[in-house]
Amino acid sequence: MKNSRTIKVDYLARVEGEGGLLVKVKNNKVTEAKFNIFEPPRFFEAFLRGRRFTEAPDITARICGICPVAYQMSSVHAMERACGVNIGGQLRELRRLLYCGEWIESHTLHVFMLHAPDFLGYQDAIEMAKDYPDVVTNALKLKKIGNEIVTLLGGREIHPINVKVGGFYKLPTGTEMESLVEKLKWAIEASRDAIKLTATFDFPDFERDYEFVSLRHPDEYPFNSGRIVSNKGLDIPQEEFLNHFEELHVEHSTSLHSVVKKRGGYYTGPIARYNNNFDRLPAEAQKAALEAGLGEFCNNPFKSIIVRSVELLFACYEALRIVEGYDPSNKPSVEVPPRKATAYGASEAPRGMLFHQYRIDDEGIIQDARIVPPTSQNQKVIEEDLFEFVSDNIKLPQDDLTWKCEQIVRNYDPCISCSCHFLKLKIERE
Amino acid sequence: MAKKRKPKLAVWKFASCDGCQLSLLDCEDELLAVAGAVDIANFPEASRRIVKGPYDLSLVEGSITTSHDAERIHKVRRMSKFLVTIGSCATGGGIQALRNFKDVNTFVSQVYANPEYIETLNKSTPIADHVFVDFELRGCPINKYQLIEVLSAFLNDRKPNIPTHSLCIECKRRGIPCVMVSSGIPCLGPVTQAGCGAICPSYNRGCYGCFGPQETPNTGSLSEWWQQKLDVNDVDIVRAYRTFNAYAEPFRKASEAYEK
Repeated sequence: MKNSRTIKVDYLARVEGEGGLLVKVKNNKVTEAKFNIFEPPRFFEAFLRGRRFTEAPDITARICGICPVAYQMSSVHAMERACGVNIGGQLRELRRLLYCGEWIESHTLHVFMLHAPDFLGYQDAIEMAKDYPDVVTNALKLKKIGNEIVTLLGGREIHPINVKVGGFYKLPTGTEMESLVEKLKWAIEASRDAIKLTATFDFPDFERDYEFVSLRHPDEYPFNSGRIVSNKGLDIPQEEFLNHFEELHVEHSTSLHSVVKKRGGYYTGPIARYNNNFDRLPAEAQKAALEAGLGEFCNNPFKSIIVRSVELLFACYEALRIVEGYDPSNKPSVEVPPRKATAYGASEAPRGMLFHQYRIDDEGIIQDARIVPPTSQNQKVIEEDLFEFVSDNIKLPQDDLTWKCEQIVRNYDPCISCSCHFLKLKIERE
Repeated sequence: MAKKRKPKLAVWKFASCDGCQLSLLDCEDELLAVAGAVDIANFPEASRRIVKGPYDLSLVEGSITTSHDAERIHKVRRMSKFLVTIGSCATGGGIQALRNFKDVNTFVSQVYANPEYIETLNKSTPIADHVFVDFELRGCPINKYQLIEVLSAFLNDRKPNIPTHSLCIECKRRGIPCVMVSSGIPCLGPVTQAGCGAICPSYNRGCYGCFGPQETPNTGSLSEWWQQKLDVNDVDIVRAYRTFNAYAEPFRKASEAYEK
């Protein structure tokens, strides 16, 4: 066998955006593992300057077509915090419902169309549909229910138009909300099936000692609020994010690597939320997870597909709860008069924590913006995973190992379009 | 009759948010039918399987913002029998074309720690500025039913039935009272191409121009109306035209007219 080899994927499939990976091996030792991001820069932080604070949800949604709701949620919460307004009651519930819709849509897309084909050995979900027609058909139906929630509350599934600082432009009628009840009941069962199915997959024996970072709320599984916590003792309010985390400038990526100061890389996303908030899941979701053999703590990133399915079940329950308690007589929004301030908003995008920070003036004109998306936060652990996995499995044939490496990246459901909206670095090519 | 080869479909991404190509996966009810009618030969967001070109139909998402991409689009064109651009980035330069109004180096140095690593062109430009485009499908994001219409038109060798009139027609058809006349809400509908189904006015909100300028829009008249009857100031008029289709010529000129 050759002493040195290179595993290289120039253009990763089944991820959102443009990325590649490169692992170099010399004398059977991994010398380098890179998750390359080569999306062109789009300069969002720069052109947010000078825009009205009310424009942030519409503009930042365009960072990502997969999780626009996350961008809208983090931005409206930051702006409301800046202006000293707290949205409670039903408007808060409806924002959770909107987020449920995005989680259902995005998680279903990832579990069944982007990730499951890896475990079942198919190139894509369409090929998989030939052998698993019911699985794919039901997945599309489940995904559609997520999209229907986003469309009802948001106006359309991609780049919703109904979210604004202060609430919504218009609220759905009672009849419209009722139309979701039966669908969500079906979706609950479909999510249970997803957990059962994904739990039967073969998972590589791969566990690492990660620092899992997510939001944590006193009573709820986190969407829009809560403190930032980790399994290694971090417990801070959102406004201290930038004091505890920093972004490192690395050469091979158009996005920055986030680290916990003085500690290193960390893991954000479904597994992090699950590990930090298992006790906040509804009893039914806890039970389904334990029955699937998941345990209350998971540190195998390949099993993120089961965790995503558990979160699907949670999101369906949560959506049903909100839909059934809906009162259409409320006002769609509250006034948010601008004032000079700097404020922060963190929320849980399907693929991990999304942090926004804005400075606005008395008129509400944005002076400064900073956005830390989930994929750039996960980039360092993705590379460490690649390094470790290839080191442990160096004997695998090239094709298998390459596919597994791709799978390692897909474990994180990376949204590359988001992560590199800000930077373009030179790409090192062999 | 001999069985015809299924046409090969490719999906390409340039600077964009991925939302428009996601629209294809969002066609939950139609996706398997589409997959039955065309050979999805190159769609990395959905599949590891890449079939070599040439391709019968290429859908191109995103704008050109780097010299590398400015070359890559020519390769895509050479491999494609029909090339359809999808979404505001590909058809108008997208929101990233906001850089076109400033010196891009100002943007870079404003935001980035190590500007020397930034490799980017001064302007974000639509695909049609670089290669011949057979059809442009507008929207930020595109309407998935319009995408299905473009695919069926292609499969049936006919012209896509995509209207180029203003959003106002969609409001009238849906019986939505004019938000500008009845509620005094500034609306870009009179100069914006139809296609979304008049979503914003149906949610008590003014259109904000996702589908870009309609055919021959009278932006001057609309801006005047906003200014005189709705008391919108010059800066906000500029902001309104400068979003997702800022560099599409009628919107660009309309914004420049009010820029001090």
